[in-house]
Amino acid sequence: MSSRHNIFSRWNGLWVIRGHLSSRTYLMFALVGMLLPLAAWWGVSVSGWMDKVFMPGPVDVLSRTYVWFKEDDLMHDVWISTYRVIAGFSLSAVLAIPLGLMIGTYRPVQAMLEPLTDFIRYMPAVAFIPLVMLWVGIDESSKIAIIFIGTFFQMVLMVAEDVRRVPITQIEAAQTMGASRREIISLVIVPSAKPALLDTLRVTMGWAWTYLVVAELVAANSGLGYSILRAQRFMQTDKIFAGIILIGLIGLAIDQLFRWLHRKNFPWMYKK
Amino acid sequence: MDNKISIKAAHKTFGEGERSIVALQKVDLDIARNEFVTFVGASGCGKSTLLRCIGGLETLSSGSIDVDGMPISGPGVDRAMVFQHYSLYPWLTVMDNIKFTRQLQAGREDLTSADVEAASGRADALLDLMGLTHVRDAYPNQLSGGMQQRVAIARALLPRPQILLMDEPFGALDAQTREVMHDLILHVSKLEKTTIVFVTHDVEEAIYLGQRVVVMAPRPGRIDSICPVELPAKRDQDMKLSPEFMQQKKAILHRIRETAGMRTDYELLERMTRQAEQQNDMQ
Repeated sequence: MSSRHNIFSRWNGLWVIRGHLSSRTYLMFALVGMLLPLAAWWGVSVSGWMDKVFMPGPVDVLSRTYVWFKEDDLMHDVWISTYRVIAGFSLSAVLAIPLGLMIGTYRPVQAMLEPLTDFIRYMPAVAFIPLVMLWVGIDESSKIAIIFIGTFFQMVLMVAEDVRRVPITQIEAAQTMGASRREIISLVIVPSAKPALLDTLRVTMGWAWTYLVVAELVAANSGLGYSILRAQRFMQTDKIFAGIILIGLIGLAIDQLFRWLHRKNFPWMYKK
Repeated sequence: MDNKISIKAAHKTFGEGERSIVALQKVDLDIARNEFVTFVGASGCGKSTLLRCIGGLETLSSGSIDVDGMPISGPGVDRAMVFQHYSLYPWLTVMDNIKFTRQLQAGREDLTSADVEAASGRADALLDLMGLTHVRDAYPNQLSGGMQQRVAIARALLPRPQILLMDEPFGALDAQTREVMHDLILHVSKLEKTTIVFVTHDVEEAIYLGQRVVVMAPRPGRIDSICPVELPAKRDQDMKLSPEFMQQKKAILHRIRETAGMRTDYELLERMTRQAEQQNDMQ
């Protein structure tokens, strides 16, 4: 009786609003969240409820991935796609960070550039593809350009917002200590905004992968997105699955890398 | 006259046209060297604005503020400022926060290595004075609010400012921590011979710390009255219970209430109570 009561109260304790979970319980719930869809997928595929051509099972996808790796140069597709994402994303970051910093720091720059950026941001990046192909051609730079267009304008605005979130008292304290404008930017605004900036990069990295697939679906003859498109032509649904899951896994790995960098670079945020 | 700060006909307006607000109207005040002056007043009375003008963070619309007879132009290292909160740099340790000004001066060529060494010794001394030695390598968010304010004060004191401007620095602290901080800051003012201008909304704090309490009034922001504090120079917490202290506290609170234009409407409260009672009776 008392042990039943005990289990009940422990179960109830899990549902405290904004409550805490031990890391073991957290891991358990995470595993359930991952394995449940996988099991459902596997169940549907073996039940014969859907045609295998449309709904390959996990095993089919795994074996197709192996064949792709062995015979179709999977690693090249992974590499070329990753290269495009990183190139487009880096180009965007290199320009967006200083620009966003200026917009978030100086009002005239903000007035001049922010409405314009807001306007361009609402133009769908995908609609630029025909134009990009006419201007840049269909080689590597066109995919990089599409990823750039897709991420840059969002990134500028997010960086500007990160910079504006630096508490004004941190800046005023530096002013009263005799810091010059340049010192305030390099010693206060940048270090203060850095953690938020890294998060902005992490989020926009996800979008870069979305635009990669768009770019490769339209104008490419290699890469994960391109492989997905070609697999559709040959009715290789297992390869489509494999491509999508691979992109998800790479994205997850990069996301974790960013989170690791965050903990590594900003230890003060994690000490309590 | 040995005036450290001299405020003459200070006038400050925010906004333009009809929607403008007069934050300071014709404020005249002289503050002596090594004086401890506190400012109280209802919200909107311009006490923080005045402090920010002395600090150079705001500019006057007209009038002037002189320090040592020279009109100020913008912030300067001679006037350090302590804010209510969020002014520490969370990515720096306690020690690096305190040495922040040194990081600024390191870029200037006119500094000798002896200067740097002296500053380093001073940082250690301040750490000691503020009781922060055991947390020198901690980050600000690992500290309590009171400890964080100690760091902010130590950081402000490092370059030996002649004037310390404090904007409700203990406003977010609990009552006990506040008492400890009061005695600490009094000690600092005597030890460092700093002129301190202190803004607060706590009348008791204003009397306990100040040699003079300046009462300001809102709409437009102006000085209402200046009350010299008749307490022994060496303060102790029990003085807060003395008749003189109570008397002065009462007088200042009255001035603030009168000028605030806000007061408890006892008539309304009584009427509402009666109504509620009647409704209860009917049920």
